[in-house]
Amino acid sequence: MLRPLVALSLAFAIPFANAADIGQIKVSKGTVTIERAGHSVAGSVGLRLQASDVVKTGSDGSVGITMTDNSLLSAGPNSVLALDRYDFDDVTSEGRFDASLRKGTLAVVSGRLAKQSPAAMTVRTPAAVLGVRGTEFVVRVGDER
Amino acid sequence: MNASRAALRIALFAPAAWLVGCAVEERVILLPEANGGPTSLAVRQGTHDVVLDHGYAAADLTAADPWRYEASADEVRKTFGDALAAQPMRAAHFTLYFNEASDDLTQDSRQALERMFADLDKRPVRDIVIIGHTDAVGSDEYNDALAKKRADAVKAMLVVRGVAQDDIVAIGRGKRDLLIPTPAGIAEPRNRRVEIVVR
Repeated sequence: MLRPLVALSLAFAIPFANAADIGQIKVSKGTVTIERAGHSVAGSVGLRLQASDVVKTGSDGSVGITMTDNSLLSAGPNSVLALDRYDFDDVTSEGRFDASLRKGTLAVVSGRLAKQSPAAMTVRTPAAVLGVRGTEFVVRVGDER
Repeated sequence: MNASRAALRIALFAPAAWLVGCAVEERVILLPEANGGPTSLAVRQGTHDVVLDHGYAAADLTAADPWRYEASADEVRKTFGDALAAQPMRAAHFTLYFNEASDDLTQDSRQALERMFADLDKRPVRDIVIIGHTDAVGSDEYNDALAKKRADAVKAMLVVRGVAQDDIVAIGRGKRDLLIPTPAGIAEPRNRRVEIVVR
């Protein structure tokens, strides 16, 4: 009796979540690679991203990503950006987004998650945790000296 | 003006960085809102909390304590020009309205559809979410089916226009999310709609 119900709710849930896609690469210049589960794939335009992906740009690279909550993340050259955690409910706008910039430059325009709850989105750097309450900011982490 | 401020900043934080030794240079700058509205960013560095609350409010995180300063459009351009140039187009929202009990667009919405197509043409890759809605006339089952039919009708228009099926998610929410709240059984044209997010 329970099983058809579960199957039904899954059938409804899948279109919202669109499998495990959390975002998509919209802009890619120069060398951009994605590290996923120990493998490295080319970060070309159109690639769909998953939670735990690590986005890297080369010295000639830059990348622009749109997440499913409409937030925008874009990184300049020599950057390492980890999409550590991402849960987003498309109906309620609730969830959680944690990213970290290990080095390089990052520009952020927050989306529905941060708008729904000021605690829902954080960006970490080696030194700090940024709680995203407003909309747009930039952050830079230099090279180790 | 800018040059002297930059010189002052270096003079202030260079000794601190020297003391820390191998500190990595870090800084964060809040940008002004496009519409001039309020904005803020909470910065936590160890046990120190700083709130940036206006455009170009900035924190340097190189030393052990966050160091607040006022950044400038010039600094943002110089340091973050490449990152900002790679920023994707913002998501666009469109609402199309339907005739009663049907999946035919109203006359006004045909023009909105053209505006949506123009937006789509500017995007090299698209992902599109289409959510169909109905008014409160009829049963849940009827409205779930009608809402999905409306979403699918818009999806079909996009596919004809050359958008790949895989780039579109079309769902129906029936009468669950009335734009204009009404009692059951009320015909309300503004509720007979499809909302589209183009990313």
